[in-house]
Amino acid sequence: MVRRSWVGAVYAAPTALVTGMFFLVPLLLVGWMSLHDWPVLGEPELNMPANYTDMPGNELLGQAIWFTLKYTVIITVLLFIVAFGLAMLVQHQRRGVGFFRTAFFLPVSVGFASASLLFLGMLSQEIGPFKTEQYISWTSGSPGLALGSAVTLVLWRFAGFNMLIILTGLQAIPTELYEAARIDGASRWQIFRRVTIPLMRSTIALVLTLMIAGSLLAFDQFWILTRGGPDNSTTSLVMVIYREAFIRLDLGSAAAISVVLLGVLVVFNIIQFGVLRRRRAL
Amino acid sequence: MSRLTYYTTTAALAILFLFPLLWSGFASFSTGSGFGLENYARLFTSDNGIRPYHVINSVVVCLLTVGGTLFISILGGYAFGRFNFYGKEVLFLLTLAILMVPYATILIALYVLLGWIGLEDSLLGLSMVLIIFQLPFSLFMMRNSFEAVPKELEESALIDGCTSFGVLLRVMLHAVRPGLVTVGLFAFLTSWNEFFAPLILLNSTDQFTLTLAVVNMRTASHGAIDYAALEAGVMFMAVPCVLLFLFLQRSYVRGFMSGALKG
Repeated sequence: MVRRSWVGAVYAAPTALVTGMFFLVPLLLVGWMSLHDWPVLGEPELNMPANYTDMPGNELLGQAIWFTLKYTVIITVLLFIVAFGLAMLVQHQRRGVGFFRTAFFLPVSVGFASASLLFLGMLSQEIGPFKTEQYISWTSGSPGLALGSAVTLVLWRFAGFNMLIILTGLQAIPTELYEAARIDGASRWQIFRRVTIPLMRSTIALVLTLMIAGSLLAFDQFWILTRGGPDNSTTSLVMVIYREAFIRLDLGSAAAISVVLLGVLVVFNIIQFGVLRRRRAL
Repeated sequence: MSRLTYYTTTAALAILFLFPLLWSGFASFSTGSGFGLENYARLFTSDNGIRPYHVINSVVVCLLTVGGTLFISILGGYAFGRFNFYGKEVLFLLTLAILMVPYATILIALYVLLGWIGLEDSLLGLSMVLIIFQLPFSLFMMRNSFEAVPKELEESALIDGCTSFGVLLRVMLHAVRPGLVTVGLFAFLTSWNEFFAPLILLNSTDQFTLTLAVVNMRTASHGAIDYAALEAGVMFMAVPCVLLFLFLQRSYVRGFMSGALKG
């Protein structure tokens, strides 16, 4: 069947139009803005490279970078363990397993902002079930408690999602491999180490990437649950971008931080794509 | 693991995962001494509570986003799945590049851009932003759906004298229905639940979406926070999503898997 090429181009035109207008233009614009003193109101003025050279002196930014990295490590480790554990529990067909899968996945269907508000009430002394004799603010009593409450929220909200991806990977492993290993006298742990983990490599890489990228961009959980406190101890990188732009009204500085974060994540994504593709080809 | 240990552990975990939602439902109806709708009434009437127009704003954003996403991804998916045209590869890679760029990092620029074209503080502007970040997933989903339709189905319609657009409307749309449901579902969930984009793009409280308005009950309250009304707000936002999940589990899981695997 011969098809004239312009017909396809017409159908693709809306895609090209919105992608150009609302993706390419802002992508270039954020770079352009980062070279300017760009107030929310008023004329921008070229001040390159001040927005970049000012960064090391921005104390809150430095603090937020360390906090975001720390949070990323904690979440990635805990979320991976919980999600893998849940997937192992529900991987085999048995009575009630459908109910368990649904129960673990159900929080994923709740919006993240709603989930954060839900935890705000649940962890409150006013109406929450975790009321203590002495008043303790679970969400902002201390930096440790604030981080802990956000981590609990994220584990609850995202474990089921990662469980599903891991579950799909687990189910793709042929049962013959397990049987062969068992006949050879391998122990449960040996089977896990030598059969499950190697065959799950690309799935594991995928969930780890999603967890790391998601955590580096953390915002809702801290904005809503801890308000970045106490004393800015749970202020994430994206919260600093927001603060530069809409509290300090300095869009240029916000753009410069965005550009750096964007660069880091694009490099990270490219590496991950390369790794995943190579492993799939093997 | 024995049967007993397996079922005790898994059931305990299931209770742990179900507890927050059950508690929130309970708290939203609890009046301290009994049960009633008072928290919901306060949600809609207190000074910094939500107003009917917040719900309408959210519905408008959902309609625009779902409609726009479906429109663009049906045409685009058809083009990518069934046609060859100049610049096809470049355009497809470009839309996939949207996945590489976290939207939080270009939202500042979108805020400025929407101001330039007269869409600041507007539901339409917000919807455009939501559409663009929904696009890679939706296009990919629709392209695969169109590619999976047998060529014979299309050819017989063409022989019957249909134009390519007629084929799309009369034959193809019916054949790609599961993909459409998944794309529409995810566009709805994103636009209903999104918090960061409306926070940046909407300034005036009468433009706020539901999510923004409920979060604002916490941020704008100077004295004590009305937690019970807040939980009523959580239920109001979450229950439609939970129901959609329970009724559309298959589309849901398909969307999550293809979204996560990025091809």
